[in-house]
Amino acid sequence: MLQIEDLQVKLGDKEILKHIDLEIHPGETHILFGPNGSGKTSLLMTIMGYPQYRVTGGKISFKGEDLTHMPVDERAKLGIGMSYQRPPTIHGVKTKQMVQICGKGGVNAEALAAKVNFSEFLERDINAGFSGGEIKRSELLQLMAQDADLLLFDEPESGVDLENISLIGNTISELLQRDFKVNSQKTQKERHKERTRMGFIITHTGFILDYVTVDKGQVLYDGVLTCTTHPREIFKCISEVGYEECVRCAI
Amino acid sequence: MRDLNEKALEAKEKKAPIGPDIDLDAYESEAVAHEYVEDLRVLSEADKKRMILAGVDTEEKDRSGTFIQKDTVVVHAHSKQEGLEVIPIKDALKKHDWVQDYYWKLVAVDADKYTARAQLDLHNGYVIRALAGSEVIYPVQACMYLEKEGLSQNVHNIIVAEEGSELHIITGCATAAHLRRGLHVGISEFYVKKDAKLSFTMIHHWAEEMMVRARSVGVVEEGGLFLNNYICMRPVKSVQMYPTTHLVGKGAVARFYSLLVGSPVSEMDVGGRIFLKEPDTRAEIISRAITNGGNIIARGDLIGEVPGIKAHLECRGLILKGGAIHAIPELQGKVDGVEMSHEAAVGKIAQEEILYLMSRGLGEDEATATIVRGFLSVDIPGLPPQLKAEIDRAVEQSDKDMM
Ligand SMILES: Nc1ncnc2c1ncn2[C@@H]1O[C@H](COP(=O)(O)OP(=O)(O)O)[C@@H](O)[C@H]1O
Ligand SMILES: [Mg+2]
Repeated sequence: MLQIEDLQVKLGDKEILKHIDLEIHPGETHILFGPNGSGKTSLLMTIMGYPQYRVTGGKISFKGEDLTHMPVDERAKLGIGMSYQRPPTIHGVKTKQMVQICGKGGVNAEALAAKVNFSEFLERDINAGFSGGEIKRSELLQLMAQDADLLLFDEPESGVDLENISLIGNTISELLQRDFKVNSQKTQKERHKERTRMGFIITHTGFILDYVTVDKGQVLYDGVLTCTTHPREIFKCISEVGYEECVRCAI
Repeated sequence: MRDLNEKALEAKEKKAPIGPDIDLDAYESEAVAHEYVEDLRVLSEADKKRMILAGVDTEEKDRSGTFIQKDTVVVHAHSKQEGLEVIPIKDALKKHDWVQDYYWKLVAVDADKYTARAQLDLHNGYVIRALAGSEVIYPVQACMYLEKEGLSQNVHNIIVAEEGSELHIITGCATAAHLRRGLHVGISEFYVKKDAKLSFTMIHHWAEEMMVRARSVGVVEEGGLFLNNYICMRPVKSVQMYPTTHLVGKGAVARFYSLLVGSPVSEMDVGGRIFLKEPDTRAEIISRAITNGGNIIARGDLIGEVPGIKAHLECRGLILKGGAIHAIPELQGKVDGVEMSHEAAVGKIAQEEILYLMSRGLGEDEATATIVRGFLSVDIPGLPPQLKAEIDRAVEQSDKDMM
């Protein structure tokens, strides 16, 4: 379980997350809506452990361990993985090498890459000149290799062309054990019950909901979690009245 | 010869325009006795170990010939392949008239006190030549080895790739494990004839108080290709070199790559200069410099003299643990219709890159090492796999030491 209690975070001198409370139980996936600049990326980066996001109050724990001051690599080892919105380019480090790093050498990079239509990028420097959609596929490929228990997705559908959106959506669904394959050994109910992975998906547009089922939706507005309810309801509300309405709930 | 000596004498005290000045008298120069060996296996294990660090394999696996000079004398020189000549330069000057056509024809004997020294007190060096049309499949290896403390080793090398030939050379410069202080003065002249291809990979594996002054000039004729790689990742007190190449035939190409790691005591001033003198010539200079506390000056100078040339310069520096990197990229377009560009960047490792790798499960040190290795891994098209392997090995060794 991921548990966030009264989390307050500063970036530089700016307070960007204010008194956040959040719980994601094993097998659950949550979706986070919010306008640009509301602090969504900051929340994920804080969970991942980026030191520039200074925790000034509250606590984050995962699997019963206090993460609040744990370095990034230890969080990764504990089972947290992230798909970035804007990952950095590292010259001389090939995509294939990244996949192997994620999989600790125990994965077949070629086979995984084929699944997300990314084979011809394996020999390229990671993120060097990748388009928006290519970055998403590269990030998913790394997550596929990593085998994390809590998967954080930062706007996985933004900048992705129509051709690839279902590929991305379905891959996320599979990663979160939310796909509905027919399995001769197990019923869908059993599969649902055995679902262990946790997901936290940031979306600005909500389009990802067409591909991935989620249990809970939240809205982040100006660093404050303003509502927690059924994801489709949030989506409909935002579609019809816009994020401007959120300000009234945030007070 | 008398002419050369006269000129050299005049330049005896002439300081080089760049690089710290060296007092040549502070080094010995008398001949050191070492026996010639027919069979490389008889070399001591200690020597072999040092040589292999500089890419020189005494088993001669995948090598087409070997030249080894220890201190002042040549201890081995032979070619295993037809169409390839590997000769000590002193023998070559005595026996072969053609060598005179190349000796001091590109490097000026009176350029500075170091060129003068190489003329007035030449120890030896090599002439390596691939005959017209021959293809030397495996690299030739040459080793300049220093064993005697406080010695100034003065060498002159001539490399000729005759018309239509293909030649690959790896030169390793190394010091015995115990050696601390010494000076290496090396003159090199490269001739890449019409449609010939020459790759020259130099790996330096010196000692903490070594001074190195190299003077090299090359000329590439029509359709020729000259690949010049320089790798220096070990401590050295001072290296200064600014190899120059002239592209004098239509379509000639030169590419320089250098990988430098500066340790706390090191002063490195390394550059490359390429003159593009004919249409359709191409030049590229790529350098990667990392400092762990040393000072590195990375120079590059491209001179486009006629329309229709293309040249690019790329200079990247990484400051890891103190020290300084000064990148000096220069472009000189002398006419309309030249296409020349450069990029230079000096900085420290981006924290964002380290964290990205850490979020994939690497520890901070591993993440840093991965980035450093990536930084140093430049693709060198046209380099034979054996030489690529030697460069990779040098990189691996160096980041083991760095971390
Ligand atoms: N590097 C930075 N320096 C200063 N402010 C930043 C930086 N990155 C983001 N911010 C600010 O922090 C707030 C939250 O940003 P972010 O978490 O990226 O929002 P979102 O992902 O919801 O668009 C915004 O006001 C943004 O302008
Ligand atoms: Mg964002």
